[in-house]
Amino acid sequence: MIKLVARGQASVKWGYLSPVLAVFLTLIAGTFLFWGLGKDPVLALYTFFISPISDWYGMTELLVVAIPILLCAYGLALCYRASIWNIGAEGQLLLGAVVSSTMALQFVDSTSLWAMPLALIAGMVGGMICSGISAFLNLRLNCNETLVTIMMNYIALNTLLWAVYGPLKDPNGYNFPESALFGDSTLLPILFEGTRLHIGLLLVLLALVVVWVFMSKTFLGFQIKVLGLDKPAARMAGYKETKLAVMVFLVGGALAGLAGAVLVTGTTGQLIPAISPGYGYSAIIVAFLGRLHPLGITLAGLLIALIFMGGEMSQMVLNLPRSITGILQGLILFFLLSCDVLIRYRVVFELPRFLSTATQGDK
Amino acid sequence: MSHVKRLTMLGITKEYPGCKANDDVFLDIEHGEIHALLGENGAGKSTLMKMLYGVVKPDAGTILWNGKEVSIARPAEARGLGIGMVFQHFSLFETLTVTENIALVLGAAAGNPKTLASRIRSTSERYGMPLDPDRRISSLSTGERQRVEIVRCLLLDLQLLILDEPTSVLTPQEVEQLFKTLKQLTKEGCSVLFISHKLHEVTELCDSATILRAGKVTGHCNPKDETSESIARMMVGDDIAISNECRRAVGGEVFVDIKNLTTQSHGQFDVALKNINLQVKKGEIVGIAGIAGNGQDELFKALSGEEIHRHSKAIKFSGDFVDHLSPLSRRRLGMAFVPEDRLGRGAVPELDLRDNALLTSFDSDLVKNGFLNKANITQLADHIIEKYKVKTAGNHDAAESLSGGNLQKFIVGREVEQEPHFLLMSHPTWGVDIGAQVAIHQAILELRDRGCAILIISEDLDELYKVCDRLGALCDGKLSDFLEPESLPIVKLGQWMAGDFNSTSANPEENKQGGLAND
Repeated sequence: MIKLVARGQASVKWGYLSPVLAVFLTLIAGTFLFWGLGKDPVLALYTFFISPISDWYGMTELLVVAIPILLCAYGLALCYRASIWNIGAEGQLLLGAVVSSTMALQFVDSTSLWAMPLALIAGMVGGMICSGISAFLNLRLNCNETLVTIMMNYIALNTLLWAVYGPLKDPNGYNFPESALFGDSTLLPILFEGTRLHIGLLLVLLALVVVWVFMSKTFLGFQIKVLGLDKPAARMAGYKETKLAVMVFLVGGALAGLAGAVLVTGTTGQLIPAISPGYGYSAIIVAFLGRLHPLGITLAGLLIALIFMGGEMSQMVLNLPRSITGILQGLILFFLLSCDVLIRYRVVFELPRFLSTATQGDK
Repeated sequence: MSHVKRLTMLGITKEYPGCKANDDVFLDIEHGEIHALLGENGAGKSTLMKMLYGVVKPDAGTILWNGKEVSIARPAEARGLGIGMVFQHFSLFETLTVTENIALVLGAAAGNPKTLASRIRSTSERYGMPLDPDRRISSLSTGERQRVEIVRCLLLDLQLLILDEPTSVLTPQEVEQLFKTLKQLTKEGCSVLFISHKLHEVTELCDSATILRAGKVTGHCNPKDETSESIARMMVGDDIAISNECRRAVGGEVFVDIKNLTTQSHGQFDVALKNINLQVKKGEIVGIAGIAGNGQDELFKALSGEEIHRHSKAIKFSGDFVDHLSPLSRRRLGMAFVPEDRLGRGAVPELDLRDNALLTSFDSDLVKNGFLNKANITQLADHIIEKYKVKTAGNHDAAESLSGGNLQKFIVGREVEQEPHFLLMSHPTWGVDIGAQVAIHQAILELRDRGCAILIISEDLDELYKVCDRLGALCDGKLSDFLEPESLPIVKLGQWMAGDFNSTSANPEENKQGGLAND
């Protein structure tokens, strides 16, 4: 009837089409989902996907949400190209936020020009500490990197909670679990008056170009690709496996940590427990949906950011639960993984067996 | 009286996406004959056999078995007709005994389980290949494992035995024994279909032959009337060289010097290298024969640096110890490697030929300040493709889309183009067709004449005798003496391969001298 037949060579075309098809199927499934929840699907889809970005402010808000997601996803893409299944961007982001906030709080009353860059660098260091521990456990002690990075997420989350309930809590904050507000010298400058869009956007564009060039034009990027595709070949060719692996762990951690720093210094202006609604996890979906390519990731990141915003919007307008965001993200990943079968297999429609034997008999 | 053939395959056609594996193939096998099926890699031999054995269904065509039309949908049906097949790669469970393995595959067809062991013993002895039914497979040699597969076929009412490259894993003595068994079988009326790359075996053993090229039958012949050359010509067509002119070389100064290399085995199936002593001189090719799994892999990895033995001092390269060096540092000293697995170690399957050229040639002016020089990479890939006659649609093709022989030409070309001082190769022409084999040997010989020290580890004795200047064998991690091929009879090499390093020399004094002369 319907058969999957292996292709001789992976299809380049379907490599690009699969994410598009996945998004399309998600929309269809989403329609049924809204309909099942008793909402008008057209209105729901409009509220979810169009209304958040129907004006200039909405557009800038989309970018504000996309910034941390994209920073995490570029780093994850490097790891995944090396077949290092780093699920720890969330933890690296959170620890980056904690360390960055610690640095920022040293500058509350200062006007030093160093305040903001130091807070960002501190965030990167925080992320690198988090991913560096994972790298050590994975490469030295041979622990599975997926499990290690997931567990680091919990450690980082609890470190964050400990920090906001303990040492970093604002002494004048009426006992709320929040840090003091950062000084102006630490905050990221706003790009456009009247919006929240900060210069984190420029950091994203910089990361986009650097990661892109690194992946496609440098020998190190090539070695990472070979390591990810075929370890024995990398070993035979003499590539330094451990060094490469440590490098992608650390770069991934630095970018996720930077995302955390950008969140506290750009968006919230203080450290709060709910600093990230799971940006680090969404970045995993973004990395795969974007085909581990910086440009694709940028598009995918904008889409996922839109779903985050749409989720909030439908909460307000349609009275839908917040978990709708997670469901749609999950659907996208589900459909993407299903559609990826088409890269290596093609679908063949065949006559049922009794019909085809009948035609053979005629001959 | 009409003459009924054992097997007739008529107009067999099978198409895979992108290639016609079999196109209107015709095959006739008489009662009690040994019929050779010849052809290069990808000529369609395996596909044809799989259709006969019920693994693959033909798109069109008729199979007549003893004059009656049959359709074979499953291997069990093929066995029911009396067709037995021994694949190139055995399907045996290492941890089970001979009897258990046979019972497992034959199922109900194995008959009374209580008498199975004694039947295995008597059948195997009757055909001159004794087997102990209670031994575990893991303790058997490759030759003995093959016997298990053959005996399994013989236990049934066998009328046709298909052997896919049966001799490629055997020592010369084992080959001889196998041939005796096959001849005895045919005397009893059983037919044999024999697939092989080794033409001198075919001319020696077979009564008739069918030759395939690119999925089509290009000829039938009686191998006894033909020479290896004339058959090879039918296999490859008219425009491809089928022989090299090989001169022996004596080599210059010692370049690679291995003294007392000893390793520990990590697992049950690893072999430890024991006291390996070996020298390779500039401008000579040294060959190491031996059945796979006798330490070849360990020796290769110890030399390439894929396994680093940090604290040993055994391998000298141009006078300096390299034991502690990484594969990269060793490459930078002028070593190059061609491992036996083409896909997955010699080349990255998913990457195209440009990237696979870059894989190990990164020092050949392809990387500048850490950035890739794409123009030079493309140029190198095209150069390798052209110079080594790699058949491919272009440098955009992924390595996995090339046939084995073509990919091997590309990999050998890539390593040779680096102009290494020392080239280490494992099974350089394993599963490669004649045309590519000749091209690869030519490249190696020319590299040797430019002064490169070359070490070849191979199971293919024809190849080793053809290109090597000195030849020895590896067995159970121990290395034999090395002799020039001309003064090393194949029988003796066979004994070396079986681990018998001493007893054969009628005149031990002479043997010792031969060994010294080559040091």
